[in-house]
Amino acid sequence: MNPELGNFALALACCMAAGQAILPLIGASRRDARLMALAPALAVGQMIALITSFACLIHAAITNDFSVQNVAANSAVSKPLLYKITGVWGNHEGSVLLWAMILSICGGAVALFGRNLPSALQARVIAVLGGVAAGFELFCLTTSNPFARVWPAPMDGQGMNPLLQDPGLAFHPPILYTGYVGFAVPFAFAIAALIEGRVDAAWGRWVRPWAVAAWCFLTCGIAMGSWWSYYVLGWGGYWFWDPVENASLIPWLTGTALVHSAIVVEKREALKIWTVLLAIGTFSFSLSGTFLVRSGILNSVHAFANDPARGVFILGLLALVIGGSLLLFAIRAPQLTTGGLFAPVSREGLLVLNNILLCSICAVVLTGTMYPPFMSLLFGKTISVGKPFFDATTIPLAIPLMVFMGFGPMMPWKRAQMWPVLRRLWWAACVTGVALVAATFQMREILPVLATATAVWVICSSVADIAERLRLFRQPLGQSWQRARSLPRAVFGAALAHAGVGIVVLGIAGMSQAAHRIVEVHVGQSEMLAGDSWTLTDVKPAEGPNYTALVATIEVRHNGRLVTTLHPSKRTFASQHQTTTEVAIHTNLMADIYGVLGDKHGDDANPTYVLRLHYNPLAPWMWLGGLIMALGGALSLSDRRVRVGAPRRANTVDVVVVP
Amino acid sequence: MSDQPSSPTRRRLLMAAPLVVAGGVGVGFWRMLSGMTKGSFDPHDIHAPALNRPVPDFALPDQAPGTGFSAADLRGLKAPVLVNYFASWCIPCVAEMPVLNALKDKLPIWGIAYKDKPEHALGFVQRAGNPYARIAADHDGLAAIDWGVSGVPETFLVGPGGVIRWHTASPITEAMITNTIMPLADSLKP
Repeated sequence: MNPELGNFALALACCMAAGQAILPLIGASRRDARLMALAPALAVGQMIALITSFACLIHAAITNDFSVQNVAANSAVSKPLLYKITGVWGNHEGSVLLWAMILSICGGAVALFGRNLPSALQARVIAVLGGVAAGFELFCLTTSNPFARVWPAPMDGQGMNPLLQDPGLAFHPPILYTGYVGFAVPFAFAIAALIEGRVDAAWGRWVRPWAVAAWCFLTCGIAMGSWWSYYVLGWGGYWFWDPVENASLIPWLTGTALVHSAIVVEKREALKIWTVLLAIGTFSFSLSGTFLVRSGILNSVHAFANDPARGVFILGLLALVIGGSLLLFAIRAPQLTTGGLFAPVSREGLLVLNNILLCSICAVVLTGTMYPPFMSLLFGKTISVGKPFFDATTIPLAIPLMVFMGFGPMMPWKRAQMWPVLRRLWWAACVTGVALVAATFQMREILPVLATATAVWVICSSVADIAERLRLFRQPLGQSWQRARSLPRAVFGAALAHAGVGIVVLGIAGMSQAAHRIVEVHVGQSEMLAGDSWTLTDVKPAEGPNYTALVATIEVRHNGRLVTTLHPSKRTFASQHQTTTEVAIHTNLMADIYGVLGDKHGDDANPTYVLRLHYNPLAPWMWLGGLIMALGGALSLSDRRVRVGAPRRANTVDVVVVP
Repeated sequence: MSDQPSSPTRRRLLMAAPLVVAGGVGVGFWRMLSGMTKGSFDPHDIHAPALNRPVPDFALPDQAPGTGFSAADLRGLKAPVLVNYFASWCIPCVAEMPVLNALKDKLPIWGIAYKDKPEHALGFVQRAGNPYARIAADHDGLAAIDWGVSGVPETFLVGPGGVIRWHTASPITEAMITNTIMPLADSLKP
């Protein structure tokens, strides 16, 4: 387990990926079974090599091998073990290696779980994944090698950015990257389909589980990222429309559209070209978002070490992957056959509407993110596009999306009538009306009120959908139970995911009513916020493993009864001369009580402290809802229909074995 | 999108559109990257305020409890004023309020609420004891960019004729007032 072994394994993986990109493609076009059979073998080999390589880097970090430049720059002897491990992906070089490793695991997964695919399709999918992997492994080896040595080796490392020393952030990047990289599989399926010149229902059915899996990870990753910024940055906010956040939101939006449009391909053989374009687009956005942020073009608070020279390599790679795939699309897509027709009022019609609205939101976010650098390039003007723009443009698009979301799952395919659907949703509509009235009295602002009402609508209509399918309360419970057992899990998954969206939006609407105060107080002084009395009772110094801290004690009382005691603190990291604020949060799931310790003023005899006090109603629902969405996706992945009974193509072309 | 039949040429053009758009964006990125290596393009650069230059063109609405102002108001001045960017969500702004309150009788202070909700800014000013003679609201932060504001609090000393004479991007302290601001302001008085 030494760095040279890691470097060798990385180079080996790069060679295998190159072979994986070329040989199966030749095999598939010549129908040579032996060349095609190389694809899964090389994919698994590449996966093992990269896992080895990554393990070597982790080993170097754990054993404090500061002769490795990356470890010296990002680790230190005094760092706790968990952060030594997670610090491996907390920097540019390590995270590129993590990215490549996840991509190779995706390739390995297609090799291992895709055995029921036609061998030519499987070979082409693995080849495309191999091509992308080869590019990124080359990038890793040439411009950002995590195994580069430094001589003479320093006695101690420089330590990592204290903001990253946090359990939430430890697992955020791997999950988020799995989401980003996971969309490489639908992308590879799309390219393979374009090469074959054939998209059919079976293709839709094969590609959808991969898209759903990637979507689950991306959803979890975004929720965790938002949670991290909520409790680490200490601004009381959860989403800042920062380029890095938008870079994850854009593929999520197109990915969500993809998950839905693939249903139409699977069930009705319509929207085929569009679905292929979405698959290409989603992965292209994942790639360009993450890597453009690192080139320094997008101005972000989550700055990675910016290096324009590195950016040129990335841009070349992006041009090859994205440009190449869109060129193939431009040549091949016009020849794809068009599919089944449908009436505007039908399940397909609503799914098309879902796609239009999701892609409009995506276009708006993309415009807002890319506008400042392009204005600066074309007209030399510096402008900032912030929260007001995004709020004003995305919310009016999200509200109709949610309204239609309630109808979608109840609509029959092909041609539907509005009336029977409305009749089954009457009680959901009533509850929504009550919520609308209640919210109007509570909030008085138009957008939060509408958001609350539509969120309640989405949750109720999801429940109504399941209740309707089970014939709940119209049949004996035993029969409903029988129906529930025979109902596909994907139906429950979809309802759960939709309800999750409603819960997230309720959380966001609740947060719009958050109250906060910034106060400067002496020890012992009380302040009122949101009907509670907040008293600073004590401020004490404390020692941590690689920092010193100042810990405050704030007692929060409601009508004299102690609700909670908060211990927000400020940490000073000596090795980086940096301070971080540790937020104290008490939650009862209906609201968060959130305290931050700010600066100390005055002399030591009679000091005052700046405190930020927040009362955030429904805040935990945002992340809980995200988790529920991902669980819904996972539930639909566990559906029998995905695991067994994969469809056969109508007329499979037999592979000719070349002797 | 719903796969309706259309003429082959139109279909081909439509399918090539994503490539063309991506190509255009790619060329833009390439120009930015090469500009960054040469130093001609810097996305992190926000034009620094020009000392001894007139204030930028702007006109900002009222922020209760004060009245808004524009570049013309500042250019028409005969005596210096202190222009202070603040926000209710900014901790250092809280800290500098007592200092500004002590200064307001010697030198008029005009405030600009930066990216703030009007009711939040109003509450903040009232709690702090309102050091401002006039208060304007910069909701979207666009005027702030022209001023070259990099964050709040940020303060400018504007002399007669609306010329920026001094600037700081940190909270005002007693020392700053006695050592720099007041001597400079006195020298600018007619």
